[in-house]
Amino acid sequence: MQSNISLNSKKSAQKNAVSRGKNLPKRILIFMLFAIIALILLIPFYTLFISTFKDGALVIANGMDVSINTAKMSFKNYMILFTEKNSLFTWFFNSLFLTILQVVCQLFISAFVAYGFAMYDFKGKNFLFICVLFVMMVPFEILMLPLYNQISDMHLTNSYIGIILPTIASASTIFFFRQYLSGIPRDLVEAGRIDGASEYGIFFRLILPIMKPSFAAMAILNAMFSWNNLLWPMLVLKDSGKFTLPIGLNTLLTPYGNNYNLLFVGSFISVIPVFILFACFQKYFVEGMTAGAVKG
Amino acid sequence: MVKRFIYNKKAAPYVFILPFILVFLLFFISPMINTVIMSFEDVLPGSRKFVGFENYTKLLGDKVFLVALWNSFKYMIWTLILLIPIPMILACIIDSKLMVGKEFFKSALYLPALTSVAVAGIIFRFAFGEQATSLMNQVVALFGMDPFKWLKNGTTGFIVLLVLACWRWTGVNMLYFLSGLKNIPGELYESADIDGANTWQKFRYITIPQLKPTTIYVLTISIYAGLAMFIESYMVFNGNNSPNNIGLTIVGYLYRQGIEKNAMGYASAVGLVLFVIGMAINLVQLKLNGTFKKGD
Repeated sequence: MQSNISLNSKKSAQKNAVSRGKNLPKRILIFMLFAIIALILLIPFYTLFISTFKDGALVIANGMDVSINTAKMSFKNYMILFTEKNSLFTWFFNSLFLTILQVVCQLFISAFVAYGFAMYDFKGKNFLFICVLFVMMVPFEILMLPLYNQISDMHLTNSYIGIILPTIASASTIFFFRQYLSGIPRDLVEAGRIDGASEYGIFFRLILPIMKPSFAAMAILNAMFSWNNLLWPMLVLKDSGKFTLPIGLNTLLTPYGNNYNLLFVGSFISVIPVFILFACFQKYFVEGMTAGAVKG
Repeated sequence: MVKRFIYNKKAAPYVFILPFILVFLLFFISPMINTVIMSFEDVLPGSRKFVGFENYTKLLGDKVFLVALWNSFKYMIWTLILLIPIPMILACIIDSKLMVGKEFFKSALYLPALTSVAVAGIIFRFAFGEQATSLMNQVVALFGMDPFKWLKNGTTGFIVLLVLACWRWTGVNMLYFLSGLKNIPGELYESADIDGANTWQKFRYITIPQLKPTTIYVLTISIYAGLAMFIESYMVFNGNNSPNNIGLTIVGYLYRQGIEKNAMGYASAVGLVLFVIGMAINLVQLKLNGTFKKGD
């Protein structure tokens, strides 16, 4: 029996070696294909990076390109960014503050709701869960006008609360957490009850710590959405001192702003934090992103 | 009393679900109802008047709205054509044993999705500048073509939006299909190998049918995402007023009527038409794909 297995593996090893040699042209072809695609997809970032060293008004006048002309390039834009008075850092920290506030609230509240869906059977559960799925399906843009009216009726325009409140119980986050919690045996909850913990004590002390990995995935995904979000914050915020980075960058683009030198540097520094997060937590990005698709 | 409540197993699920119910009623159902009511009204600041179906009949004869409708529809169809088969094939290739540097290419293709629409819009606006010196005009010059005024002409403006969509979403959709491929049992391919099936046959008779849940998921979200596209066009054309409305979408028209012209009633009708069209397409698509038959 044993010799049989080793014989088999020897055979397949041989076969692999043969197929590797035979498939070499195929391998190179596939590699080249992806190398070219990756190159094309990365060129815009490279173009943006190069443009941060060029005179802003000139880039606007000539369009962006990949050419490097060291005689005309300088660190002037970075000097302006770091030494002169400008709004970019205000916007940067506004974005950071809003992102953290939104993600913390969303994760905590969505986890709370998801626990209710995953661990209890109650009247109306299925109907309410269909409501969650329905919210996930309807694009935000359809509701943005009445939502905006409502936020102004509540005197919440120009405030971060007004931005985060409508999506504080985020449907997609609830959906993801519920999937995750379905994998945790209910016996665990029952054991908590026997130990005399209250229903909420079980959630806070027993379940929340177990949910850590799923928090990482959702935190990163929601942080990315929040950091990059433009449409809704643009409607809610009026005061440029409260603007987030994407809104601020958009205002730099208007013909009235003569801050073109900051436009490309600003765009570049807005991309950096997300790239760093991605480099560190790549696994969680993928996990959070594809969570919905697996179950279909 | 308090103690009895926090230990009450009957009440607990409703307490857990409560945040969702509140947000759902306040920020989903209420704006939804409001938008339906407003669509039958003439809404001016301080006065509302019931006008029956007037907004809807006006929409049917509104040439600008029909332009917006056609643009959104065209955009949706093209994103489906480009962003489903290509990412699916790329996922199959990157998943094959012949691929070298899988993880690197996965990340490289995903990076564009991390950028904000604001930044993506800024990059594409100036990379597709109308000057002969802009990146894309240099590229077309390599093929012997004269520089295009990309953002001034209907076809080329549309191409810019499509390229932007492909740049941002190819990697994401590829990840969706990759996670779908992981769920296909390897034995299916092994037995196909024994039967002497070639690569195409395996792709056609195993991969495509097995990926169906993922494909349906991507299709469903892409339909609404395509129809509701707005902010990409807003950034690329630097505002909602593109030349001859070449970049105007349904949501762009909703934004123009509701925010820029303050005609909330008319804008609500636009929003509901979008909602109904998207819902109808998706229901037909899901029915044809047999999603409702399974009973989950």
